[in-house]
Amino acid sequence: MSGDASNTGRRTDNRRSALRLAAVALAMFGFGWALIPLYDVICEITGLDGRTGVAQAASLPTQFDADRTVTVQFVANVNSALSWDFAPAVISMQVHPGKLYDTHYLARNRTAAAIVGRAVPNVAPNVAARYFNKTECFCFSEQSLAAGEQREMPVRFVVSRDLPPEVKVLTLSYTFYRAPENG
Amino acid sequence: MSSHTAHDEHHAHDDHHHGPEPGLMRWVYTTNHKDIGTLYMLFALLMFFVGGALAMGIRAELFQPGIQILEPELFNQFTTMHALIMVFGAVMPAWVGFANWQIPIMIGAPDMALPRMNNWSFWILPFAFTMLGMTFFIPGGAPAAGWTMYPPLVLQGGWNLAFMVFAVHLMGMSSIMGAINVIVTILNMRAPGMTLLRMPLFIWTWLITAFLLIAAMPVLAGAVTMLLTDRFFGTSFFNAAGGGDPVMFQHVFWFFGHPEVYIMILPAFGVVSQIIPTFARKPLFGYESMVYATASIAFLSFIVWAHHMFTVGMPLTGELFFMFTTMLIAVPTGVKVFNWVATMWRGAMTFETPMLFALAFVILFTIGGFSGLMLAIAPVDFQYHDTYFVVAHFHYVLVPGAVFALFAGAYYWLPKWTGHMYDEKLGQWHFWLSTISVNVLFFPQHFLGLAGMPRRIPDYAVQFADWNRISSLGGFAFGLSQLIFVYVVYKAIKGGEKATDRVWEGAHGLEWTLSSPPPYHSFNTPPKVTEAEAHS
Amino acid sequence: MGATTKRRLASAALAIGALAASATARAGYDQLNLPVGVTPISQTAYDLHMLITWICVIIGVAVFGVMFLSIYLHRKSRGVTPAKFHHSTAAEIIWTIIPCVILVGMAYPATKGLIAMEDTSEAEVTIKVTGYQWKWKYEYVEDGITLWSNLDPTSRAAIHGDVSAAENYLLSVDQPLVLPVGKKVRLLITSDDVIHAWWVPQLGMKKDAIPGFVNEMWIRIDDDKAGIYRGQCAELCGKDHGFMPIVVDARAADGYAAWVTERQAAKTAAAPATAGTLAQATAQPTPAARAAF
Ligand SMILES: [Cu+2]
Ligand SMILES: [Cu+2]
Repeated sequence: MSGDASNTGRRTDNRRSALRLAAVALAMFGFGWALIPLYDVICEITGLDGRTGVAQAASLPTQFDADRTVTVQFVANVNSALSWDFAPAVISMQVHPGKLYDTHYLARNRTAAAIVGRAVPNVAPNVAARYFNKTECFCFSEQSLAAGEQREMPVRFVVSRDLPPEVKVLTLSYTFYRAPENG
Repeated sequence: MSSHTAHDEHHAHDDHHHGPEPGLMRWVYTTNHKDIGTLYMLFALLMFFVGGALAMGIRAELFQPGIQILEPELFNQFTTMHALIMVFGAVMPAWVGFANWQIPIMIGAPDMALPRMNNWSFWILPFAFTMLGMTFFIPGGAPAAGWTMYPPLVLQGGWNLAFMVFAVHLMGMSSIMGAINVIVTILNMRAPGMTLLRMPLFIWTWLITAFLLIAAMPVLAGAVTMLLTDRFFGTSFFNAAGGGDPVMFQHVFWFFGHPEVYIMILPAFGVVSQIIPTFARKPLFGYESMVYATASIAFLSFIVWAHHMFTVGMPLTGELFFMFTTMLIAVPTGVKVFNWVATMWRGAMTFETPMLFALAFVILFTIGGFSGLMLAIAPVDFQYHDTYFVVAHFHYVLVPGAVFALFAGAYYWLPKWTGHMYDEKLGQWHFWLSTISVNVLFFPQHFLGLAGMPRRIPDYAVQFADWNRISSLGGFAFGLSQLIFVYVVYKAIKGGEKATDRVWEGAHGLEWTLSSPPPYHSFNTPPKVTEAEAHS
Repeated sequence: MGATTKRRLASAALAIGALAASATARAGYDQLNLPVGVTPISQTAYDLHMLITWICVIIGVAVFGVMFLSIYLHRKSRGVTPAKFHHSTAAEIIWTIIPCVILVGMAYPATKGLIAMEDTSEAEVTIKVTGYQWKWKYEYVEDGITLWSNLDPTSRAAIHGDVSAAENYLLSVDQPLVLPVGKKVRLLITSDDVIHAWWVPQLGMKKDAIPGFVNEMWIRIDDDKAGIYRGQCAELCGKDHGFMPIVVDARAADGYAAWVTERQAAKTAAAPATAGTLAQATAQPTPAARAAF
């Protein structure tokens, strides 16, 4: 074979292969970022991270399961960077799956300045999260408390009738964080 | 066909006729696969001693209860930097060095396919590690959140986070370029007759490793970039307060992290599969099943990642899935070990230093594999997780595993690389001292973990004192023993008994048909590869 | 290697062996192995651990046995001629299938154990555990009791001094978590800052404490196992990660009830509070307390 022609050919081949592999590497870089929304989607489907669902009141079933009772516990956490007091009105409720319930939390700003907080909801056990739906919650938006203000923060929720039968206790927990200054 | 095939147009003719440039600039501008291979290996050796010095500091602090040498902040910096340097600075570059030296001469190519990129991919590394090492001297010190860089802890770090992230980016780029080069060389540059299934196993394992690198390293780059934006640009990927999830980082990190383990160990499988047949004077048993086993390990490595996260609170189905897939890795790994033993069976073995390290690898890596299998069992992992049992496990896999395979390969090919036989007597000393001390160092850590000692702590309760003391003594002995290796390498470079072309009586493969040391340009005329030479 | 070398290596090995033997003798067998523990979960984990360990030991002895036999028999110095075989489909199939069978044998009890550990039934006591850099907060949800648990000051003082001066060095706290035996206790684990992990080996389970998320874990300490159990934070959480121990004081039913009454009385005296008011939530850590080290 004639050296130069085949060398040039091979050099082009090498360059083409290298570019293809570089494209694969770039695609994998993109995949790394894509894992974030992908993970959120998986969490939404499986409740993997214990984040709760949101339901429209209109779409809720009108019938409920009168024979079954589950305990819903309410837990409150405040991040230490936020000088608020925060507690549930009741520590637990007995609920029927499929029925709509109301309760509230209490929050008070201990400081002499208005502060904006943001509540992150979480349900344990994680598998039950997707069966815990809220139609109204203070965690849907940021909450502002004036200096020394105390306020009731309502939650309206329904536990789905599809809740796996082995789950007898659900814990709804909120962690209040200080919202970033610029909103 | 002539040798300028893979060379840059301007230099092709000069290089071909005159060999290396004289002086130091040879090393800066070199596009020669042997020069670059040497640079990689020397750099890795240097990093091995830097990372090792940090390990000595850690073991000295843990020699007795109470804090004597390293305050907790500094201790955490030592463990973090020890891991980053050993993983990205020592083991990975050492294997890339082996790839550079060995791939062309084992597949009958004149050089690597992309010589200029090869030069870049090496010279990035010293900058990356200077940047990483500098963090020891900036306010706030070096990264201290562990090599796993879990948020939110890692986000409490100061500027060191930015330095670490950029260093990881550079290391990643270097590895990816190295991997691209390996793949292109293996796929495009083989000598006529060197079909895929005639390639030596070291080539196969590196080919698969290179694909793992290309798939895994960019994901790490993505993950650390998100850390950077979370820390400095107000994003909330991993910040619960902003709607993020810290556990998500762990998923992304271990999606890279588990394949990373195999990036460090697959080339070791390859080297051992070259050495055992040579010294057993018998062909490798089950060549094809070795190839398939390697490929299935590589595939499985992408679907087991969450076995590092059994305690984060996954749903039962997730825990079961990751437990089963992880256990499954034992099957191809077992096939490999059985094949190595079957290769020895009814051979005619001699026990020169490379063979000794390879045999120790088989046994000690398997011990690491056993503890890995135990860690896969989720209901017991709740106890093992984040204890010294885990530390013992991965050090067995990486030190008498990957590092011993590196030693085995270095002794095996040193006569080829330098043209001189190494000092066998010193080699044997190095082997026995290393093997004994590495077990004294790491075996007691199994006990410590089972008895309840968490990892990454600078100080411990008094009931852990005895085993820690023994472990530290083993550590110091192991550290000192490595100086022998440096002397052996130095001596072989300087001179000594001339090595023959074949070097080892039982050696087979193209590299042994070249002179020792091989000519500056490996195969000017591509060799013809026959079935008989390839698989005997 | 010469005879002297071998002798020297042998005596070095002997010395290390003697040191190891004395370590075992002094510290006892429990310093070598996983504790059996005091809960059904820890018992399950221990049984599985022993099963898998023995399976590994048997496989190891078999494989390494064959290997050493080969090293002994098939040495060139014995004048053997190497065989030429390089594959055997039958052998390769056998040693793929046998490990699969063994793995199924391991996976079955492991799956059973894992499912047994999953239990979402109602608990009698619920305690919220919050990890902080570097201490734990325990809140008894039903009884309205809050405890802060810090490294015991004598241990802290001994870190840079004489560790033998502190009893249970690094494993003692100012206020332990008091638990009843024989009752199902549910822990809701979370964190205020970085990730921690709550672990007491004798209780057989560890769980990560993740900020913004609540993890569940349950414990039922055997009826006859009242006592003190010690553990540590198990996830790197910064500077004092090694200095945030966990101590569980497990008490029989009446002892526990008495403790709860006593704590509630003490609290009512200090600041009256019931669920639905905010007084109890004010016990935030002060910056001064956090910088104690
Ligand atoms: Cu892994
Ligand atoms: Cu902690």
